[in-house]
This record gives sequence, structure tokens and C-alpha cells, in this order.
Amino acid sequence: MPNLGIEVLFKGSNMLRLLGGLWVSLRISLIAVGFSILLGIPLGILMTVNSKIIKAFTRLYLEVVRVMPQMVLLFIVFFGTTRIFGWNLNAEIASVIVFSFWGTAEMADLVRGAFISIPKHQYESARALGMNSPAIFTVVILPQTVRRLLPLSINLVTRMIKTTSLVMMIGVVEVLKVGQQIIEANRTSSPNAAFGVYGTVFLLYFIGCWPISMLSKYLEKRWSNA
Amino acid sequence: MNWEVIGSYLPLYWKAMLLTLRIGWLGIVFAILIGIFCAIIRFYKIPAAGQIVGVYIELSRNTPLLVQLFFLYFALPKIGIPVRADFCGALGLALLGGAYMAETFRSGLESVAKIQTESALSLGMNRSQVVLHVIFPQAFSVSVPSFVANIIFLLKETSVFSAISLMDLMFTAKDLIGLYYKTTECLTLLVVFYALILIPVSVLGDRLERRVRHAEFGN
Amino acid sequence: MHKEEIIKISHITKRYEENAILEDFSLSVYEGEVVVIVGPSGCGKSTILRIMNGLEPIQKGEVTYRGEKVDGKLGSITRIREKVGMVFQSYELFPHKTILQNIMLAPVLVQKRDKKEVKEEALQLLNRVGLLEKKDSYPRQLSGGQKQRVAIVRALCMHPEVLLFDEVTAALDPEMVREVLEVLLSLAKEGKTMVIVTHEMSFAKAVADRVIFLDGGHLEEEGTPAEFFEHPKTERAKQFLNTFTYDKVERE
Repeated sequence: MPNLGIEVLFKGSNMLRLLGGLWVSLRISLIAVGFSILLGIPLGILMTVNSKIIKAFTRLYLEVVRVMPQMVLLFIVFFGTTRIFGWNLNAEIASVIVFSFWGTAEMADLVRGAFISIPKHQYESARALGMNSPAIFTVVILPQTVRRLLPLSINLVTRMIKTTSLVMMIGVVEVLKVGQQIIEANRTSSPNAAFGVYGTVFLLYFIGCWPISMLSKYLEKRWSNA
Repeated sequence: MNWEVIGSYLPLYWKAMLLTLRIGWLGIVFAILIGIFCAIIRFYKIPAAGQIVGVYIELSRNTPLLVQLFFLYFALPKIGIPVRADFCGALGLALLGGAYMAETFRSGLESVAKIQTESALSLGMNRSQVVLHVIFPQAFSVSVPSFVANIIFLLKETSVFSAISLMDLMFTAKDLIGLYYKTTECLTLLVVFYALILIPVSVLGDRLERRVRHAEFGN
Repeated sequence: MHKEEIIKISHITKRYEENAILEDFSLSVYEGEVVVIVGPSGCGKSTILRIMNGLEPIQKGEVTYRGEKVDGKLGSITRIREKVGMVFQSYELFPHKTILQNIMLAPVLVQKRDKKEVKEEALQLLNRVGLLEKKDSYPRQLSGGQKQRVAIVRALCMHPEVLLFDEVTAALDPEMVREVLEVLLSLAKEGKTMVIVTHEMSFAKAVADRVIFLDGGHLEEEGTPAEFFEHPKTERAKQFLNTFTYDKVERE
């Protein structure tokens, strides 16, 4: 049995440092998710409006997000702003900007999809019962929309967390980078540390994302036949 | 924007794009094969194999490709399994994509109602004829939108290959920026080349979706 | 007049989980006969047809087609199904194939018949049900009644010896019911052997040689349409037939 280099994690504060790195990833995702929800919901509602100009703009925005790798967007914001505006943008802020830009598009598309999926006769039957427009919206449409939306937006959170792993490529010291540093520092004492450390990072991500995925799946199943 | 600089960088980007395409293509083909295989195992609930495939899918879908690649590339050699970087990239993409494709194909299979199978059986078809002529084509058309989304997702994911020192587009861009500080040119080329890869796929995907849509509405 | 027995169901019991769907049920279908099965919802009518086609396993008893055992697990089942056609309530056309492809698929694939010959026959049959111009359409482009007529043609094109119809008009709008039932009536006139499950009582009366009344998973009553509809013997049958008539409202 080869040495798997797991002992490195129990040396000094290594495990704590790794968890600290994980917190950096989580913090970036959570802030970006917050912005995505705040900006994505109004944008999604705006997208249901029948206007050619709005449609053209949002279409372009969504298509850019659809085809451009987040990595490329990160590079543009991180390196590009330095060059063009002379800002020395903090890598973490650049990450939040990029992930919010991406998440807002995803969220808006989900919101739009949820709204247009409500059948027209739901509005009509509510009106037939004598409800006024605000009542129809809050009592009939909104609850149904939320049920369709929530599982999918929870899913977006796990995607966001997974995608934050990219930020190490522009120099944010997150969990993977901390792992790399630990491996480097213990190169001589534990030459096999890469196995234990990267294995642990892998598991940490899994432990973080899996329960959220399960929750999303559970809600989707539970509400699908409502 | 300095066009001379762009001209001199073009061949480097071109080479990098070919590398991305080569590994991406290989990874996607294997992802589809793994996906079909796993979807069938899951759909028919084959004992033991079904559970193993389930664990693989969850592990794969709930961790980032970057971490998976680090594990494959840096950790496996430590237990005596050295992996070449390009092979590692294709393998990582295939494993990740396999899990996504498996879920796509499985939900496609599940969307074909049981009674469709029965009506085919009642016409005297045997099991394999039913699967081949009735279930698969319908499952595939239902899967197409999600299939196309997976392909685009996987092609975008190739952008992390540079982390295992593959000289792809990201690597080239970062390298050139670091060497000559021609940031604007480097980033423009980066966007153009990714657009070159992904816009045709996106357009073709849309067209494919429209073509098979007739099957989605069922009876 | 002695006719040959084609399908024989003897003393079958069908359970689904704990519930008995059919209990000690027997029925024989003879050549050229039209058997109509009626009864309240959930009485097991459709299950009988599914069992005749080997789509449903049974716990006790036996079903045979011309003396050969009908069992979904046996290899012989595909050969039997070629001879026992079935039409479903929900049509179940293949949505990814055109009307013509729907009809031709099984004759060419299963019976290995000549493509040209099958096509000719398919067109002829489509013409007969008035849908020739729909041959290259997809099922989604057809109305329910049209789809059901295609489903009947699809079954006919296999040259089955018996046809099973499972509530084929139950999913249709009222004005489409007739166009489908007309097809069934014309098949009956030709002398086709058929087993029909239906809720259309006046149609049952017109088409049946024999009516089977099923209730709670067993045969309650059996007779000619005249006997059954005019003079039902059992209390259950009387009650059942009464559900189709309404008393005039007397205003106070």
C-alpha cells in the first residue's frame, strides 16, 4: 500500500487552512448568487415583456453567456480592466463580477421560463373568479412560478460553487490553491501529499454540492405533480 | 488594437484551438458512449451496476472539472498511475460528460411512455426491435435540447485544460499576456477563437433541436 | 353451426399487488364473432384484452390462442401477437414516424413482407378509412378520431385473425366517436373476429354477437345484445344499464 499522503492534512493547521480556502470559494459563490437573484428576477420579468428591443438585447446577453466559457470572462474582467481602465482589480471582486454576470443571465432565463410556463387559462380562471390583477399575481401566478423556479435556482447554486474553482486560475487563494500550497510546502516530508490533499478537496466539493443537488431534485419531484 | 501583433499571434492561437478541439472532440465522443452505457444500466435498474453508476454520476456531477483534473493528473501518479496531460484532459472531460449525458439519456428513456412499448409489442415486435425502432428514436428526440446543452457545456469546460499545463487557448492567452503585455489583442483573440468553436455548435444545435421537435409532442 | 375456438381463457386469476382484478374468469372467442365486454370502470375489462395480448402476467389459469399458450415471457408471443391485433384507447401511434411509416413498420420489420406490397396495402386501407391524403403527415397533425382510424389500419395491415379494441373512443370528442365506430362496424360486417371493450351502449347493441357484462373482476352476465340490453337478468346489470338513462326532472 503506497503512502497516500493523507497525514499532511493533520499536520499543524493544514486542515483548517483548507477549510478556510473552501470558505473563500463559498463566499464568492454566495455573493454572486445573491446578485444573480437580485438582478436576474427583474431581468427575467422584463424578458416576458413583448418588446423587440428588449428581446434583442437580452438575447445577445444570454447568447454571450451561453457560448463564452466563464474562464474567458474571468480573464477579460481581471486582465482587461487593468489594461483598459488601469484598475488593479482585486481577483476576488473580478470573480464576483463575472459570476454575477453569468448567474444573472441564467437566473433571468429561469424566471422567464417559469413565467411563460404558467398556462393562460390560469390567468383566465382567476379572472373569472373575480380576482383583480395584483391578487391574481400574488395568489395564483407567483406561488406556481416559485415552485417551478426554486428547484432550478437551487441547482444554479451548486453550479456556481463548482465554477468558483476557476478563480484559482486568476490567483484567488481558494481551496484548491491552498491545497497546492500545502503540497508544495510538504514536498520533501510527504511526497505523495497530492493524492491525499486533492482527494480531500474533491470530497469537500462533493460534500458541499451533493446535499444541495439532492434538495433541488427532491423539490422538483415533490412539486412537479402539483 | 495592433493588427500586426494580432497577425503574429494568430498561428499560436490556431494551434491552441486545434488542441482544444482535438481533446474536446475525443472527450465528447467518449462522454456520449459512457452516457449511453450508463443510461441503459440505470434505466433497466440492473442490480449492483445501477448503484455503482449512480455513485459515479453523483460524484461527477457534484464536483468541478478542475478538481477532477487535478486529481487525475497530480494524484494518480502518486499511486503509480502516471497519466499524460492530453490523455488526462480527454479522460476528465469524458468522465464528467459521461455523467451528464447519462442523466440526459436516462430521462429521455423515461419520457417514453410504457404504453408505447406495449403498442409496439402488440404489433409482434420483439424487445430489441421495440428498443431500436420505438424507444431509442423517441428518447433521443426528447434528449436533444439537453444533449446540445451538454456539448456546449463540455466545450466550455475545456477552458480549464491549461491548469494541467496543456497549451490550449487559455494557456496561450495567459502566456502571451505575461510575456508581452498585449492584453487587448490577446483577450480579443481569445474571445474570437472561442466564438469560432462555440457559435457553430450553438447554431447547429438549434437547428437539430428544431428538426427533431416533431417527436416531442407525442400523440 | 360450429365455429372454431380462437382464443380461450380458462379460469384465470389476475392480481395487482393485493387486489384481485380478475377472479376465476373464463371466456372463449370463436371465429367470426364479435364479443363486446361492458361493465363499470375498474371492473377489469381492459385487463382481459391486455392478457389476451400477453401484456399482463396472470397468477392462475391459462390463456391460449389456437391451442398455443399466450405468455408474455415465451418466445412464441411475438408470433401470436402478429395474429392478435390490438388498438389502444390512447392510439399510441409512433410520434416520430409518419402515418405511412407507422403502418408499414411492423409488417416490414416483423413479418419481413415486401415493402412495395405493404405500401400498396397500407394506402388501400388508408383510403378505406378516408385518410389517404394524410399518409405523409405526422401523428401530431391529426385529430383524435383520425389517429384512432390510423391505429386501426396499423393493426389491420398485419392481417390479424382477431382484433382487440380497448375503449377506442373513450378519449375522443363526441363528434369523432362515430367516424371510428363506423370503421368497426364495417369490419364486423366483413366477418372479422373482434373483442371490443366499450362504454358506447348503443354501439355495443349494434355490433355485438355476444355481450359480456363484467363486474368486480368476474363475469356477471352473458347473452345476446337483445337479451342483455332489453331483459338483463342480474340486479347488477340492471343497475349498470340504468346509469345510462336519466329521469325527466319534475319541477315542484
